[in-house]
Amino acid sequence: MFGNHDPVQRNGTGVRVLPYGDRALLVEVDGPDAVAGVRRALELAPLPGQRELVPAARTVLVVLDRPPADLDVAALRRLRPADTAPTGTAPLVTVPVVFDGPDLADVARLSGGSVPDVVAELTGVELTVAFSGFAPGFGYLTGVPPDLHVPRRVTPRTRVPAGAVALAGPYAGVYPRSSPGGWQLVGRTDAVLFDVHRDPPALLAPGARVRFREGG
Amino acid sequence: MLTVLAPGPLTTVQDRGRPAHAAIGVTRSGAADAPAAGLANRLVGNRPEAALLEVTAGGLRVRAARTVLVAVTGAPAPVEIDGRPAPFAAPTTLRAGSVLALGTPPRGLRSYVAVRGGIDVPPVLGSRSTDTLSGLGPPPPAAGTLLPVGSLAGDEPVVDVAPVGSPPDRPVLRVLPGPRRDWLAEAAWTALTTAEWRVGSDSDRVGLRLTGPRLDRARDGELPSEGIVPGAVQVPPDGAPVLFLADHPVTGGYPVLAVVLTADLPLAAQLRPGDAVRLRPA
Repeated sequence: MFGNHDPVQRNGTGVRVLPYGDRALLVEVDGPDAVAGVRRALELAPLPGQRELVPAARTVLVVLDRPPADLDVAALRRLRPADTAPTGTAPLVTVPVVFDGPDLADVARLSGGSVPDVVAELTGVELTVAFSGFAPGFGYLTGVPPDLHVPRRVTPRTRVPAGAVALAGPYAGVYPRSSPGGWQLVGRTDAVLFDVHRDPPALLAPGARVRFREGG
Repeated sequence: MLTVLAPGPLTTVQDRGRPAHAAIGVTRSGAADAPAAGLANRLVGNRPEAALLEVTAGGLRVRAARTVLVAVTGAPAPVEIDGRPAPFAAPTTLRAGSVLALGTPPRGLRSYVAVRGGIDVPPVLGSRSTDTLSGLGPPPPAAGTLLPVGSLAGDEPVVDVAPVGSPPDRPVLRVLPGPRRDWLAEAAWTALTTAEWRVGSDSDRVGLRLTGPRLDRARDGELPSEGIVPGAVQVPPDGAPVLFLADHPVTGGYPVLAVVLTADLPLAAQLRPGDAVRLRPA
C-alpha cells in the first residue's frame, strides 16, 4: 500500500489518485462534470469493499472497508468518467424563492447589473447539485452565470436563517437550517431542504437539477 | 427503562453510526471508541447494532426501573451500584430501583455503558447516534431523561469479565501521509511526527485540536473542499492541526497532512484535554 508514498499519480485522462490513510483513496479531477462522471462510474462498477463515495468540488473520496491496495490505485487511474444522466432524465426540483435577501443589492452591484437582472438570471438557468457538505442537505449548486460568481462576505454572519438562498464563488446554495454563514444572501424559500422522515431526506441530492422560481 | 439522574459533563447515545449518507452531508458519527463500545455490547449479549451510552469524563448516574444487565467499558471509570464498588468490563446485574454511578476515570475520557437490549430511542436515518456537529439523533440525556431499553439482545452472555488494558501513559498514534502533504512545508511532516503535541481544551467528538509547533504552508491559495475521514489531520491557516474524530464534518477546505491509522482511532478518542500525544510514521 503506497510503498513509495508517491503523493500524486496521474493518468492521461486527468484522473489523479491521492493516498488517504488505510481506508480511503482520493480521486482528483479537473471540475464538477468530471466529479459527477467519476462518481457515476464508481456507482456502476464499485471497487471491492467500496463503502461510500463523497463527491466534492474536484474530488471523489472513495471509502473502503479495507486498506487500499496498488490494484485499487491502478483501477482508479484507469477509470473513465461515466456519462452522467443526460439533461432531462435527472430529477428536476423547482424551488420557489422570494428574492429579498439583504445582499441582493450588493450582488447586483458586483455583477454590474440591476436587481431585476440578477433575479432574471438566477431564475433563467438550470442548476445542478454538484455535491453536498457543510450541513445535512446543503447542496452546492453549479451552473450559476459567471457574472454572479461573487466572493463570500468579508465578515460571515453568525446566524443565517433556514431557507436562505445564497451565492458564493461559482456556487449557489440554500441553507437547510439556521447556522452561521458567509455566503451572499439573495433570497429565501419555504421549501424544506432536509427532513429525516422523508425518503430521500435531502431535497437537493447530488445529481439533481434545480430551478429557482420567483414567488413564495 | 433507565432514568438519568445526572449525565456528567456529556453523555450521548451512540451505536455504530450512520453510514452511507455522506453524499447528502451527513457524517457517520457513532461511538468514538468503537472497540470499547462493541465490547460493552458483547458483555451483555447485545447485538452489535444496539445503542449504548457514551459517557465523557464520568459523572453519569442512572436508576433502573426494572432489573437489567449492564456493563461498563472504555475509560476505566470507578463503577458503583448503590454506593458500593461494582466491576468494570463485566456483565453486572442492576436491580430495579438501584443506581449505577460512574466516577471520574483516572485515565482516558470516554466510558461506555451497555444495557442488555440496548437503548431504544427512535433511530434517525438508520442510527440512534447523536451527531454533535449536525444535531441529528437524540438530544444528549439530561437529568430526568427516561431511556427506554429495547430488545436487541441475543444469547445470554457467558463471559464473566473481559481482560482490558488501561489507556497508555505515553500515547503514540501512527500516521500515513495525507492527500495534501505537498500543501504543507517539508518541515511540517517532520514536525508533526517528532514533536510532543498537547490536546487542546476545545477538543470534542468532532476532533482533537493539537497544540505544538506551528505547521507552515508550502503554498497559498484556497483548497476546494474535499471529503474528510476519521483520523484525518487537517491544518488550518493558524498552523495548529486538527485530528478528526467520529463527528467530523463530511468535507473540509484545509489541507490534510496526515491520516491516523484506523487501529489507533480508539486511542485518539480516549485522549483528554491537556494530554500529551505523539504521532509517528506508520
